[in-house]
Amino acid sequence: MANPNSTVDAVDDTDRRDFITVAAGAFAAIGLGPLVWPMLDQMNPDASALALGSVEIDLSPIAVGQAITIMWRGKPIFIRNRAEGEIQAAETTQISALPDRFARNENLSEDAPAVDRNRAGEGHENWLVVIGICTHLGCIPRGQRVGDSKGEFGGWFCPCHGSHYDTAGRIRKGPAPRNMEVPPYTFLSDTRIKIG
Amino acid sequence: MNSADARGAGRLAWVAGLVIALFGLTMPLHAAENGQIIRKEAWSFTGPFGIYDRAQLQRGFLVYQEVCASCHGMEYLHYRNLSEAGGPEFPEAAAKVVAASVEVKDGPDDQGEMYMRPGRLSDAFVSPFQNDQEARVANNGALPPDLSLMAKARPYGADYLYSMLTGYADAPTEVAMAEGMYYNTAFSGHQIAMPQPLFDDSIEYTDGTPATVDNYAKDVTAFMMWAAEPKLEERHKVGFRVMIYLIIVAGLLYVAKRRVWSRGAH
Amino acid sequence: MAHKSNYVPHSAFEKWLDERLPVVRLMKDQFIDFPTPRNLNYWWTFGGILIFCLIAQIMTGVVLAMHYVANEALAFQSIEHIMRNVNWGWLIRYTHAVGASMFFAAAYLHMFRGLYYGSYKAPREILWILGVVILLLMIATSFMGYSLPWGQMSFWAVTVITNLFSSFDSVIPGLGTRIVQWVWGGFSVGNPTLNRLFSLHYLLPFMIAGVVALHIWALHVPGNNNPTGIDVKRSSEALPFHPYYSIKDGFALAVFAIVFAAFVFYAPNYLGHSDNYIPADPLVTPTHIVPEWYFLPFYAILRAIPSKLFGVVGMFGAIAVLFVVPWLDSSPVRSLRYRPLLKPFFWAFVATCVVLGYLGAMPPEGIYLLSARLATFYYFAFFLVVLPVVGRVETPTQMPGSITEDIMSNEQRRRAALEGGTPSGAPAAPEKR
Repeated sequence: MANPNSTVDAVDDTDRRDFITVAAGAFAAIGLGPLVWPMLDQMNPDASALALGSVEIDLSPIAVGQAITIMWRGKPIFIRNRAEGEIQAAETTQISALPDRFARNENLSEDAPAVDRNRAGEGHENWLVVIGICTHLGCIPRGQRVGDSKGEFGGWFCPCHGSHYDTAGRIRKGPAPRNMEVPPYTFLSDTRIKIG
Repeated sequence: MNSADARGAGRLAWVAGLVIALFGLTMPLHAAENGQIIRKEAWSFTGPFGIYDRAQLQRGFLVYQEVCASCHGMEYLHYRNLSEAGGPEFPEAAAKVVAASVEVKDGPDDQGEMYMRPGRLSDAFVSPFQNDQEARVANNGALPPDLSLMAKARPYGADYLYSMLTGYADAPTEVAMAEGMYYNTAFSGHQIAMPQPLFDDSIEYTDGTPATVDNYAKDVTAFMMWAAEPKLEERHKVGFRVMIYLIIVAGLLYVAKRRVWSRGAH
Repeated sequence: MAHKSNYVPHSAFEKWLDERLPVVRLMKDQFIDFPTPRNLNYWWTFGGILIFCLIAQIMTGVVLAMHYVANEALAFQSIEHIMRNVNWGWLIRYTHAVGASMFFAAAYLHMFRGLYYGSYKAPREILWILGVVILLLMIATSFMGYSLPWGQMSFWAVTVITNLFSSFDSVIPGLGTRIVQWVWGGFSVGNPTLNRLFSLHYLLPFMIAGVVALHIWALHVPGNNNPTGIDVKRSSEALPFHPYYSIKDGFALAVFAIVFAAFVFYAPNYLGHSDNYIPADPLVTPTHIVPEWYFLPFYAILRAIPSKLFGVVGMFGAIAVLFVVPWLDSSPVRSLRYRPLLKPFFWAFVATCVVLGYLGAMPPEGIYLLSARLATFYYFAFFLVVLPVVGRVETPTQMPGSITEDIMSNEQRRRAALEGGTPSGAPAAPEKR
């Protein structure tokens, strides 16, 4: 487009051209965020995975002294209906005897101490719900089935490297550094819990 | 190319296109094959700003459950979809009840047996038959198709489904009906194995909508459309923002282009 | 165009890199400073648009492959999983499906531009041939991609097209059947077929990217053609690619994106076929097996020729003939602007392609079949008869001596039109840039 007054207009035009071009470039660049986001977000857990993110368990079939294992988010969950003796043993343990003093309970704050009431079910001290993965290197401890070794403390025993857990799922002896984790869960009723 | 030629050809093309498009747009019937009569209907979800009518989807689900679900599955729907945004949006508790009212096969248990348990939100809709062969045995050899995608699996989609559901009529005298077939004005070949599914007053609507075949057909068709395209509302919403953005960017780039070119190039 | 590199590394790091792997120099020389004829029109923006299409298809495709399952029993359902459950899955899937159509639309327009302006002529023959190779790879890629949802059309399109190879049985008995079973991995289209289609569908786009790199290299040796077909003779006839053509291509891309988005968000299934929402059933053939729109012209040619073997030869021949176009056209004049005799034949060729596309969707009988045969005849006649003959007998119109002359005469015409009204019989307004 020929412009006879090119010298004059070039000066005026420079600022406006730069602004428009910069504005166009900036506006186009803003679009990159919303363009890239779906490409990244699609790798996040999808709706069907999220729907399986929580599971409801009926506790009524579990007799006192019995334990069941269920899967939640791909991990084994130990649910034990503890007998009176098991609860006593856990409650009377001194904190000083524990290698890991923290409760590791996702329903409580990080610094809650590992006393039995911080490990057992809220208002339901006979119920213990823990993620059944040894905190050493990830094996699944034994102790859920009748006849399994429960270790020296009556809880669980990990055969891989010899970690012993007590009746509150806390590490007592062996290489595991932390107590078995308590997952986030709530009691929907006395006989029903929802994990996750 | 010679611009006059190009302009002339261009004009001819778009006038011709416009005439054809207008002609097509104003006809009340689709140009369907084989004499299928498929009427154009007004739906809440057509057009760039289309949305679903929640109450209609809820009624449609009711029709599906009470009439269609005895023969037709919807395996790509999950019970949780009933309470998710963009669909019938039943309260989650209601969706849970719907799920729990059916039995789902699960297992194997510790004995190695499969067992039945009440449905959960995360389960897929239970189909009435375990497999195609069982479905055929129960339906005189005909296979009632799954309805999850039916609104997209037929030409003219929702219009076709509505026309088919309301298209049952007595066969004209010159047509010889095959054994076990029913005459339908919209179905390809006019002979359909499904008997008329909808009758006036057969389902109770609690929101005051008249209990007519026409309404049942409209509502269940809308429900099937949602089942096939649950993301329609989100797609239209995001689409609007994207189009506005692109139009602005194109405008800005055009002005920028003219300025860049006027600076140095003539 | 081999032009002197005027890249000067600024920092010590740039200098160090330039001595070892001169990528910054390459980018600057080939994509920033590159002298591009100043008179290019918007038909030249499709190259950049096509690069965008390739990148879009690769990005959406790789992401879809994270969720898709290439197994007969699970493929269809994995696509529904993407549409319903995967975050933004519906958007990524629809973009990929519509993107294939947009890719072909842009490719066909890009090719018609090449034919009209003689961009295939010396010294750009290899550039053109590489382009045809890209087209072939695109055809293979999209054919395989369409099979992956394992819907009715997916399954039956694969069955019909792979069955075509059995026509070789009439050349060497048994050869065709062996080839078909080798392609299928079985005695019919099934799971082995699907798995290999997925593997190759993932591979080919990267081969396309490689050939595109060669295509751009082959372009940059002589430099771009332009609407006059006359070579750039002085540096004032060219502009640096950046900012002139980077911004022009950017604007064209934005307009293209508007059309793309309109389909994705408001009519995502318009270019597809409803039968592909029915899971594949080997016992039920769809009433009309129809390929996607971009294959329709070739499909029409295939069905127009009565013999199975020659139908296949014709279909592949329709693309094969493109390879030799640089040697079929006998005219020394590049641009059809100055070739008054060929021009109407060219437009008839464009119309023929559109008509063949329409006929590809019609049943191959009666008036449709007759028209398809006539159109197929003209398609090949255009290349094999018209191009060689017309070039020899045609008298080209007066060509400008140079690009500068062409631009200046456009300017004069425009000024005359502004000042005194267009004199009757004057040529049309100058080429829009």
